[in-house]
Amino acid sequence: MMRVAEGSYAIADAVRCCSPDVVSVYPITPQTHIVEHLSQFVANGELDCEYINVDSEFSSLSSLIGASAAGARTYTSTTSQGLALMFEVLYNASGMRLPIVMTTVNRALSAPLSIWNDQQDSFGVRDSGWIQLYAENVQEVMDLTPQLYRISEDPEILTPSMVCMDGYILTHVYEPVEFLDPELVKEILPPFSPVNVLDPEDPKTFGAFADPSWFTEFRYLQYKAQERALDLIGKVDKQFEETFGRGYGGLIDTYRTDDAEILLVSLGSIVGTIKDAVDELRKEGIKVGLVKIRSYRPFPVETLKEALKDASVVAVIEKDVSVGYQSALLTDIKGALYNTSIRVPISGFAAGLGGRDVAMKQIRKIVENASRVKDEGLELETEFEIFDVNPECL
Amino acid sequence: MKEIRLHGRGGQGAVTAAELIAIAAFEDKKFSQAFPAFGVERRGAPVMAFARIADQPIRVRSQIYEPDYIIVQDVTLLEVVDVAGGLKPDGKIMINTDRPKEKLGLDTEAEIVTIDATMIALEELGRPIVNTTMLGAFCGATREIRLESMNKAILGRFTGALGEKNLKAIETAYERVSQ
Repeated sequence: MMRVAEGSYAIADAVRCCSPDVVSVYPITPQTHIVEHLSQFVANGELDCEYINVDSEFSSLSSLIGASAAGARTYTSTTSQGLALMFEVLYNASGMRLPIVMTTVNRALSAPLSIWNDQQDSFGVRDSGWIQLYAENVQEVMDLTPQLYRISEDPEILTPSMVCMDGYILTHVYEPVEFLDPELVKEILPPFSPVNVLDPEDPKTFGAFADPSWFTEFRYLQYKAQERALDLIGKVDKQFEETFGRGYGGLIDTYRTDDAEILLVSLGSIVGTIKDAVDELRKEGIKVGLVKIRSYRPFPVETLKEALKDASVVAVIEKDVSVGYQSALLTDIKGALYNTSIRVPISGFAAGLGGRDVAMKQIRKIVENASRVKDEGLELETEFEIFDVNPECL
Repeated sequence: MKEIRLHGRGGQGAVTAAELIAIAAFEDKKFSQAFPAFGVERRGAPVMAFARIADQPIRVRSQIYEPDYIIVQDVTLLEVVDVAGGLKPDGKIMINTDRPKEKLGLDTEAEIVTIDATMIALEELGRPIVNTTMLGAFCGATREIRLESMNKAILGRFTGALGEKNLKAIETAYERVSQ
């Protein structure tokens, strides 16, 4: 049934529908409401799980490593500084091949202190071995939650995953959403049957010492598992669509790209605003379309090549910056196309940093810039821009 | 699509009012969206919240710069915030005040609707919390949301005697601006 709900409540309810055995979360703005709703579900008896109160994000993920290794389905959620504090534990979870699922609420990283949204936090853990999917709206976060359990727990994958959602913009919005039916969730998400479990009767070691003769092989196997996830993400999306009637296009989604000369590439909640901007610009005769990245890790190289091959110009819009060299999605996309015959100019825009609002006006300006690149070609100064900087600072 | 901006002070329930607009609009079979101007608001500090109502699913997620309607819960905000900023000329601004609109010094071509919501709230609720009363004024002045749908949204949030009192406040405001 569709009804208006707060984003955080809707996400907590989607988690409830996945029946986690152990939930361990530490509250931090703007993720706090998710924690509050989950603990309320547990207190009300609506969610039967072990709910662990912890002292930090480091502890929340560490406790889930133990729980997951013992065969439990596990959940956590964090944001920004919390994710940063988890950094070494993220690598432990993925290295031990534990299918933990996390809702990463996207927020800027200090300093200066900012509680507002950008995506520096999740881009900062890009290489941690976790599967990373980005959602456009609350419904997509909800729908991805059981899908991520299905993907992470697959014996061929066994990799933790996170769905990234923009802080405040999606956690605090009230909008109509379709609540998940726990019985239907069971159809796409079978009970967790772990391949390896900690068991006193059959002792095993997880995450033990690996000397140089074995470490490379562990990384290789992780790398191969994420490659296999490329296929599974699309399959599970289709399966979800057959069961729930909502599909999202798999690894990427496209919007009005068929005859597009200017292709915008982006991810997260800004995609909704871009779609409205594309409609407006199309009315003015500007051939612009959108490629929405859903899966960032694994990175859908082949799918992207196909989606970008006919564009005259590509503009990447993302809410992160790699101080010292451009930004993460931009350089990944350029890398994906370099060894191909696709020679489309690509420019990048780091926008919406630290909660700076990105409205229709800003998207128009980015399209104007991309248009200029289409006509005049790409120069170093137009290749990458930290967008919307106060002129006094330039 | 209709876009609404709400101005209040921390603790006056502007965010709750925006949420109630979203819930009531959905009752009217419309799509809706409500969100606060995210901040670290303290009690008494100027705050903003936003709502959108549309016939199609709402995709845009930016703040609202050119609203169709503006609700001002506290007239003292006029001294510190450009509350009418960006208001469409054919829009409406609803202000809680006992002063005549000509004396407010508002710079807008749009219609100004004044209502002494504080007095209504004191009479009906016994407290000067005007967010629901102003929703009654909004429904009456704009007819964007049916009063019954707003009432249903209110009862979903405030139960028992408090819910009933809020309905009376809303209906009083609705009648007053409808005259």
